[in-house]
Amino acid sequence: MKNTKKSLWLIAPLLLAGLLIAADHIDAPAVEGGSSDITDFYVFQAADPDNLVFTVNVQGLLSPTATGMATFDEQTLIEFNIDNNGDNVEDLVIQAIPRDGTMYFFGPISPMETGLNSTIMTEAASGAVTITPYGSSAITASNDGMSFFAGPRDDPFFMDFAKYSDIIMGNATGFDNPGTDTFAGTNVMSVVVEVPKSMLGESGSINTWVESKTKQ
Amino acid sequence: MKNNLFSIFTLLLCLSILLTSCSNDDDNNDYMMPAEPDFSGSYTQMDQMGRPAVNTVFVSSDAKDMFNVTTPSDQQSEFQSMFESNLTALSPAYANPGDMNALGQDAAAFTGLLATDVLNVSLEGTTTFYDGTNILTGRNLSDDVITVELLLIFGGEDFTENPSLSDDHVDANDKDFLTSFPYLAAPW
Repeated sequence: MKNTKKSLWLIAPLLLAGLLIAADHIDAPAVEGGSSDITDFYVFQAADPDNLVFTVNVQGLLSPTATGMATFDEQTLIEFNIDNNGDNVEDLVIQAIPRDGTMYFFGPISPMETGLNSTIMTEAASGAVTITPYGSSAITASNDGMSFFAGPRDDPFFMDFAKYSDIIMGNATGFDNPGTDTFAGTNVMSVVVEVPKSMLGESGSINTWVESKTKQ
Repeated sequence: MKNNLFSIFTLLLCLSILLTSCSNDDDNNDYMMPAEPDFSGSYTQMDQMGRPAVNTVFVSSDAKDMFNVTTPSDQQSEFQSMFESNLTALSPAYANPGDMNALGQDAAAFTGLLATDVLNVSLEGTTTFYDGTNILTGRNLSDDVITVELLLIFGGEDFTENPSLSDDHVDANDKDFLTSFPYLAAPW
């Protein structure tokens, strides 16, 4: 009996974590479930083909009831990184950080330093947008060819993650058809920036990634 | 006694996992905000992401935090061999010498591509993770990236191997995306 109890307590957090890991949702112990946990990253051509859209989502698997309480963390800097000469080192960054209900944006600009530590490039302020409250329609802002949004959105990610976990743990031999979207009905906190391609590089392709960084 | 301590520890672990999702900003409420926001200070990396699911699938459990603080230009040398071991352990599609994916990559070449975890984006036209023609030119909201990755992991040279593992049969989001900014659907 005691052993059963012990194993239940052992298994409970594993089950919970196992259910929630996905695209990058809760990918690693140091960030899982916290305000710096990146769940997903998208870069695509905008409705205006001269522009690209950068999207990052944080704080995954918010239920509708939890979404109204979710906030961006003022200690967490979101940084989109752009390498436009093929060495996988950032040549440009776009930074976003919240202050008192507004998301502030900086760049694209060459950062003071590359790598794991950043300072906010205040001389390159590019715009700001009121963070959309849960239940309101999307508040957007535009400045100098760029557009900005920050707030709760439906999680655009879709996958039968529960069945994938079963397969990895040896409890299933394959996916179901049709599968079940583990992320259906859940929300994330999103930051979306639309940028003219001319601000990012000359031609060809760029390498991009997104980082979350916390204030020291 | 030891068992009790153990239970308390695991209970705390459960609670901490449940509670870390509630970010708390209350500390900022009891002083006046300055007229100009304060953006000073140094910010240090916690998490990063390029392509979807890479850290989750290819990085071993005890290295996931390290992967998140390894700059992309160092990831190839530090993680490619781990990626290759985990890929061949996971998928029978790379079991035999000469086995490749539908991009013509063997396990070393495929993990060599993935280990540098950046999202390649075209500045000149179609952006998609894979649309049947274009590959790795961006990531659209509607791209079925998981099925693409499952096909490249399990599907073999022509996407026909291990059919029960190479498609999760969830092909689209549960809400329609918007055709204009901010593109993502309103929350539930």
